[in-house]
Amino acid sequence: MQANFIVEIIMTNKEMARDPVGATIKRDLLAKKGYDMISNVRSGQYLRIHISAENEENAKEIIEDMCNKLRIFNPVTQNLTILRVSKS
Amino acid sequence: MNIKIAVIQFPAANCDLDAIHVLNNVINVQADLVWHNHFKESNYDAVVLPGGFSFGDYLRAGIIAAHSPAIDEAKIMLKDGRPVIGICNGFQILTEAQFLPGALLRNESLKFSCKWVNLKVENNKTACTNKMNVGDVLAFPIAHGEGRYYTDNLKELEDNNQIVFRYSTENGQLTQESNPNGSLDNIAGICNSEFVNCIGLMPHPERASEAILSPKGTDHGKLFFESIVEFIKRRVS
Repeated sequence: MQANFIVEIIMTNKEMARDPVGATIKRDLLAKKGYDMISNVRSGQYLRIHISAENEENAKEIIEDMCNKLRIFNPVTQNLTILRVSKS
Repeated sequence: MNIKIAVIQFPAANCDLDAIHVLNNVINVQADLVWHNHFKESNYDAVVLPGGFSFGDYLRAGIIAAHSPAIDEAKIMLKDGRPVIGICNGFQILTEAQFLPGALLRNESLKFSCKWVNLKVENNKTACTNKMNVGDVLAFPIAHGEGRYYTDNLKELEDNNQIVFRYSTENGQLTQESNPNGSLDNIAGICNSEFVNCIGLMPHPERASEAILSPKGTDHGKLFFESIVEFIKRRVS
């Protein structure tokens, strides 16, 4: 029995790879507008994927496998996080 | 010997015809423009993945092209030692396809950078540099938004002599000012370790092969393409 799910993933640069997008947001916007309490910003990419699967666990497994096989994220520079799996 | 080189055309390539022009009319070898789905490695002595964009560079520059059938064909050439050359977007494709280590990240400036730079030759044993000397400084233009080379294993690259070009001053000094995109260790181009037949670089030799195109009147890009021809000749002799 298949059901429809939405899997949301984010990809962020690893800490050792500099992230000029996040650094610019922090330095040239947030810090200049007085948000001194913000110590770090990292940018990333977000994908929202609709999938048919047996259950939430199965949906997550398929997406993880796909991301690894097709290098949807670049393991040299990025980390992959599955943000959430929800019913669509 | 009748040398044949393929230049692969991906959707949104825009330096493909420049590469064809230089190979056909400046170096005088036969080069064919081949649509990425139609490429057959058995017809060619070398393959060039040209610059520009591919598939909108969506997700990451080069990742979608890296899954093209042309890359499966190019892999056969990689393994048997024929030249596989990636220029700019082609370099991004080669790293995404894992022909070459590391990755090309967004320029540190966050801006598309289009200008002439100086490149220091670090390895002259490769399929693209055998007509050069180590320490030569070449004038090539760059034109990219995602050219910041990064690897998590710099030591291995150095130990295997895989760094081919570094951004430098006109005198060959490696300075922060001469690094146009924040690349690790000023790296502009690298090669594989096994046959030194696979080279990727961000700058554009095909735009630097005729004196009329260069602000300095140089044609250093010719050496790059003549090296490919020389490598093919040595390989078969």
